[in-house]
Amino acid sequence: MLAFAMAAGFTRAQVEAIAALANLALTPSELDLFARQLGDVLAYAEEVQEVDTAGVPPTAHVATRHGSDRPDRVMPCLDRDAALANAPDAARDAGFFRVPRVLG
Amino acid sequence: MSVPATIRDARDAFRTGARSATDLCRGSLAQIAAADGALHAFQTVTADRALARAAEIDRDRERWRDAPLAGVPIALKDNLCTRGVRTTAGSKILESFVPPYDATVVTRLERAGAVVVGKTNCDEFAMGSSTENSAFGPTRNPWALDRAPGGSSGGSAAAVAARMAPVALGSDTGGSIRQPASFCGIVGLKPTYGRVSRYGLLAFASSLDQIGPLTLTVGDAALTLNVIAGADAADATSAPDEVPDYTAALDGDVRSATIGVPSRMLESGVDADVARAFRAALDVLAARGATLVDVELPHAKHAIAVYYLVATAEASSNLARYDGVRYGFRAPEAKAEGGPSTDALRSMYARTRAGGFGPEVKRRIMLGTYVLSAGYYDAYYLKAQQVRTLILRDYDRAFERVDVVATPTSPTPPFRIGERIADPLQMYLADVFTVSAPLAGLPAVSVPCGFTSGRLPMGLQLTGRRFDEATVLRIADAYERDTGWWKQEPRGV
Repeated sequence: MLAFAMAAGFTRAQVEAIAALANLALTPSELDLFARQLGDVLAYAEEVQEVDTAGVPPTAHVATRHGSDRPDRVMPCLDRDAALANAPDAARDAGFFRVPRVLG
Repeated sequence: MSVPATIRDARDAFRTGARSATDLCRGSLAQIAAADGALHAFQTVTADRALARAAEIDRDRERWRDAPLAGVPIALKDNLCTRGVRTTAGSKILESFVPPYDATVVTRLERAGAVVVGKTNCDEFAMGSSTENSAFGPTRNPWALDRAPGGSSGGSAAAVAARMAPVALGSDTGGSIRQPASFCGIVGLKPTYGRVSRYGLLAFASSLDQIGPLTLTVGDAALTLNVIAGADAADATSAPDEVPDYTAALDGDVRSATIGVPSRMLESGVDADVARAFRAALDVLAARGATLVDVELPHAKHAIAVYYLVATAEASSNLARYDGVRYGFRAPEAKAEGGPSTDALRSMYARTRAGGFGPEVKRRIMLGTYVLSAGYYDAYYLKAQQVRTLILRDYDRAFERVDVVATPTSPTPPFRIGERIADPLQMYLADVFTVSAPLAGLPAVSVPCGFTSGRLPMGLQLTGRRFDEATVLRIADAYERDTGWWKQEPRGV
């Protein structure tokens, strides 16, 4: 568990911890700005705490009607070249996405 | 020659042979060329492709003549994937993304004879209520160039209001079709969750997102829904229900309709012009024979808080895919320190996302990450989902007594560009009337209901039962028959 204060404003260190979880490299001025703005929004959102939800199930989605199961058949899909076409760095002949080296 | 303002007129012109698809397409492109310098409704104009497609339709006119959207120019929000046409979602991170496939709605529209003329500007990843969050600059409101067109589908709304195309598609997660429709004086329909396939819509919040039409008339919205609705094997959340002919429901008869008005919600925070226009709209419907009753939606006041907890949580998860590996922007390699390690990879992700996302998207990813993090999940995300259940039950209870719930679409007329952008919370609070329908999965339409003394458009919102778009559209159409606000054109565009 992250040692955050509940909604009563964020410190820069707390915002940095969230940014690390979110894979976002924020600038010092963004850290300060978000500390204030996230604090404001969460202070407002705090009102949900007042609602009595004892015994109320959560709603994660509202898809009430689903299509029936379908047979598990092999269907056409994107070919490899199309799938790699937008990659910023791809080994096209080998058919791989390339990322910065992680092993020596 | 310009393009007819409505789908019906454009399609009929093609059917009777009065206009070719090419001619209609040229009309649309000419209006875009004339007006888009001032408005920036379009992110990409696909002129060559559109003309080639129109020519194809003209070559095979007999085959296309009776197609529901034959020859009709259409604009698509730039978060809908178009095969071979750049799709940015208003984000720098997708600045050069060219989808290898079409969204299901695009396939269906083209199969119905529509001609895609371009991709419209939007708030980055559909996050915003003003289109100011586009990485490519704001769109301006055709009714007043210093005002926001609303958002996030602001480009789509401005394009239709400025008669650049008779129809555009948008997406709605918390009001992103209805609020810009209201701000631009046109019709915007958010269908029931599951009514329209989301395949090929760049995801923001998957339990809320839904694609829908922006048009000048309710009849045109119904026509478009006929084409795009229905089950799709590529979207497991699309509903298997039959698609009725929505235009058949538009008989002008509201004598058996009961309209619920949540008076308590409207007591404060609503602009005086908006309140007046809303009351007048109810009077019009009552005069046509509809019954008005007061309804209580006791948890509606929590909808904004619930929405911004649920939507940001889902967004933080959905947008994790933009990491500079498979598509889009990648930050230049940082200098390796001490040889290869997973740090170099993580640093690439973090710098790519920092450089590719704009401030509002970062803010929402941060908020969503926080509310999903260990120790806060129960207090925020789970709690919000429970209150979501209560909001849903409020509507279910109301719909035992009424057919639709009526509110203004937005508590204010269009605001000035720059006026709210520095205060995200104030921007969020303006979504008060639009966030409930997606939380409860309900269909809702915004139909023009007049102008302020300063000639700014306002909208009436009608929210209906799940999969009962027909009733929502029937009542909106009846109101439109008596008012016809859509016939007024913005000056100077």
